[in-house]
Amino acid sequence: MKRRIILDKDIPILKITNLHARVADSDVAILKGLDLEVGNGEIHAVMGPNGSGKSTLAKVLMGHPGYEVTEGRVTFKGDDVLDLEPDERALAGMFLAFQYPVDIPGVSIANFLRTALQARLEDGDLDLFEFQDLLLDRMKLLDMDPSFAERPVNDGFSGGEKKRNEILQMAVLRPTLAIMDETDSGLDIDALRIVSQGVNTLLEETPEMSVLLITHYQRLLNYIEPDRVHVMVDGRIVRSGGPEVALQLEEEGYADWADWADADKDAEVPA
Amino acid sequence: MPKNEVIEGLELDQYKYDFRSEDKPVFRTEPGLSEEVVRAISSHKDEPEWMLEFRLKALDIYRRRPMPTWGADLSDLEAVLDQIYYYVRPQDRMGKSWDDIPPNIKETFERLGIPEAEQKILAGVGAQYESEMVYHSLKKEWDDKGVIFDSIEDGLKNHPELFREHFSTVVPPNDNKFAALNSAVWSGGSFVYIPKGVELETPLQAYFRVNQERMGQFERTLIIVEEGARAHYIEGCTAPIYTTESFHSGVIEIVIRPGARFRYTTIQNWSNNMYNLVTQRALVHENATMEWLDGNLGSKVTMKYPSCYLVGERAHGSILSIAYAGNGQHQDTGGKVVHAAPRTTSSIISKSISKGTGRSSYRGLCKVYEGSENARSNVECDALLINETSRTDTYPYIEIEEKKANVGHEATVSKVGDEQLFYLKSRGMSEEEAMALIVRGFIEPIAKELPLEYAVELNRLIELEMEGSVG
Repeated sequence: MKRRIILDKDIPILKITNLHARVADSDVAILKGLDLEVGNGEIHAVMGPNGSGKSTLAKVLMGHPGYEVTEGRVTFKGDDVLDLEPDERALAGMFLAFQYPVDIPGVSIANFLRTALQARLEDGDLDLFEFQDLLLDRMKLLDMDPSFAERPVNDGFSGGEKKRNEILQMAVLRPTLAIMDETDSGLDIDALRIVSQGVNTLLEETPEMSVLLITHYQRLLNYIEPDRVHVMVDGRIVRSGGPEVALQLEEEGYADWADWADADKDAEVPA
Repeated sequence: MPKNEVIEGLELDQYKYDFRSEDKPVFRTEPGLSEEVVRAISSHKDEPEWMLEFRLKALDIYRRRPMPTWGADLSDLEAVLDQIYYYVRPQDRMGKSWDDIPPNIKETFERLGIPEAEQKILAGVGAQYESEMVYHSLKKEWDDKGVIFDSIEDGLKNHPELFREHFSTVVPPNDNKFAALNSAVWSGGSFVYIPKGVELETPLQAYFRVNQERMGQFERTLIIVEEGARAHYIEGCTAPIYTTESFHSGVIEIVIRPGARFRYTTIQNWSNNMYNLVTQRALVHENATMEWLDGNLGSKVTMKYPSCYLVGERAHGSILSIAYAGNGQHQDTGGKVVHAAPRTTSSIISKSISKGTGRSSYRGLCKVYEGSENARSNVECDALLINETSRTDTYPYIEIEEKKANVGHEATVSKVGDEQLFYLKSRGMSEEEAMALIVRGFIEPIAKELPLEYAVELNRLIELEMEGSVG
C-alpha cells in the first residue's frame, strides 16, 4: 500500500519522551523510560513479548485511570496531553482501539456513536439525518451490514465482531492518531483479514491518519504494512527499524531481545 | 473544555417541577387527623351514610395498626402525619373544560404540559390539585361507547351500584395501615369503567399535583375493565420542593374481567420531601392480563409494590418496575404476584439505579396457592450502583404451596465500572455523558415500553441526574 503524505515534518503527531508509568497506587512500575516518535501519516508498530508493557503504553497514552505517570512527557500535535482527561484526548483527535472492548448493554452502536459525535459539537444538536448518512456510508466502506449498528455495543459479540466494531468507530470518529491495542488478538485468520482490510480501506481514504499498532505477533503486519517497527521489552523500546525488524523477530523470537534489554539495564546501573 | 465548564456550572438541583402557585383554597381542614376531619371530608362530598361509616371504621383500624417497621425508615413519619392537612379543597366544583378552572391552577397544569398531551395522545384526562379532581374529560367517541372516566366522587354519585359492588373489594381497609388511612380520608382519584369488548386505542391519564406545603393527598381510584376490553391508564405526579415533608397515600383497585387486558403506568416524580406510600392491586380473572409499569423517580421515601392477584385460570400478570434513588432518597419498591388458579403466569422485572447516598430496595412476593397447577412465575431484578455511597438490597419472598409450579428468581447488582467509563470517555464523551448513556442502556428494556413522550422525559431526567454524579 502506498500512501505517503507528510503534513508537517517538524511537529510529530505523537512524541513520547522518557515515559515512566506504574499501576496506580502501587510500586509496580511498567513503563521505564520509553521514547517514541510517530510522524504525520506514519504507521508504527510496537512489538514485544507478554508483560513488556505494550498494552499499558496504549492505555497510558489514552489516559486510563488505572495507571500513574511518574516521569516523562507525551505530546500530541506538539501539545502536552498527560494532564488531559481521556475524553479531552479523544476530542483532540486521539483514538484507542481496545484489546478488550467493553459491553454497554442496552445501548445500540448507532446511539453510542451519535452520543460520541454529539460530544464533539461545541453547541447545537447533531443533525440526525446527516448522522444516519454518515453511519451508512462508513458501514458501506467497511462492507458491513447496516443492521449491525442496531445491536447493543459489544454485548454478546464474537471476538471478530468486537474488533470490527472498533474499526467502525474509528471510521466514524476519524481520529488523527489511532492507537490499536492488539487488534489481532483472539481473531482467526478470516476475521484477521476482514479487520485488516477495514483498517487498510480507512488508511487509503485518510492518508493523513497516523497509526500506532501494538501487537505481539508479526502476522498482523502481513496485512497492515508499517513504516517503522519498535521492539519493546521491559517497559522500554530496545530497538527500532524498518519492517525487516518484524520479520527478524518472527524468525528469532523475543528471547534474544530480552537478553539485550537485560544487558542494557545492567549498563544503566550507576557506577 | 468549555463543555464541561458548562455542565459544572449548572445547578445540581434539577427538579423541573419546583414551582408553586399562591392560591387560596375554598376550604381546608385543620392540620392533623381526627374524627372531625373525617366527618368534614364526608360532609363536603355529600356522601351516603354507608360511606361515612366505612370511613370511620377505617379510621379506627388505622389508629390500631402499628407503624410498619419491615420496610423503609418511617420513624419521622408519625410527626409528619400530625402536621399535614388531610383535606384541601382548591375550588368549588370540577371543570369539564380547562376554561372552567381557576387561572392559577390551569396555569400549573399548562406548565406540566397536560392540556397539550390531552389533545395529542390521550383519550381522556383527569387532573387532581391538592385533594380534589379539578378537571375530568373524556373524548366523545369513548363516551359514546359507554366508557366512564370520572372523578371517584362522581363515580359514587352517578353509578352507586357499580361503585359499591367493587369499592374496597380489592384493597380492604384492613389490608395495611396506609390502606386504612386512605379509606378513612380518601379524596379525589378516578372512577373508570371500560364496557365489554371496548378497546381504547389511546391512554387515559390522571395527573396528581400537590401545590401547598405540608399537604396530604389521598386519592382513591377504582377501575373496572369488562370482558374482552382493553385500556391503558397513566398516572403522573409532581409537587414543589418544600423543607417540610408532605405525604401521599393512594389506593388503586382494579378489577379485570375474563379475557380483558389492562395496563397501568405510573411515572412518580414527587419532589424529594414527599413520603409516598401507595397500595395498588389488580384482581385478574381468567384469560385476562394485567400489566403494571411502575416508574419511581421522585419522593423522599416510596413504599409501593403493585400487585396482581391471579384468580382465574390462565390469568397473566406482569410488573415492570424501575426505580431511581438519588441523594437522600429511599425507593422501597417491587411487586407482588399471587397465583390462585391453575395455569396462571406472571413476570416481574425490576431495575433500580442508586446514586450518591440513594438507596433502592427490591421487595417482592411470589405466592402460589395449592391447586394453582402449572403456574409459572419469573422474577428478575437488576440493580445498578453509581457511587461507592449508593446502596441496594433485595428482599424476594417466595411462598409456594403447589408442587406443580415453576418459579424462577434472578438478581444482579452491577456497578458502573471504571473500564466502562474509560471506554466511553476514550470516544470523547464526558463522564456525565458516559454515565447517562450507561444508565439509559440499563433501563432500556423498560423505557422502550413507555409511551414515547414519557421515554423522552425519562431520558432527559437521567441526563440531568447524572450531571452531578462525578466524584
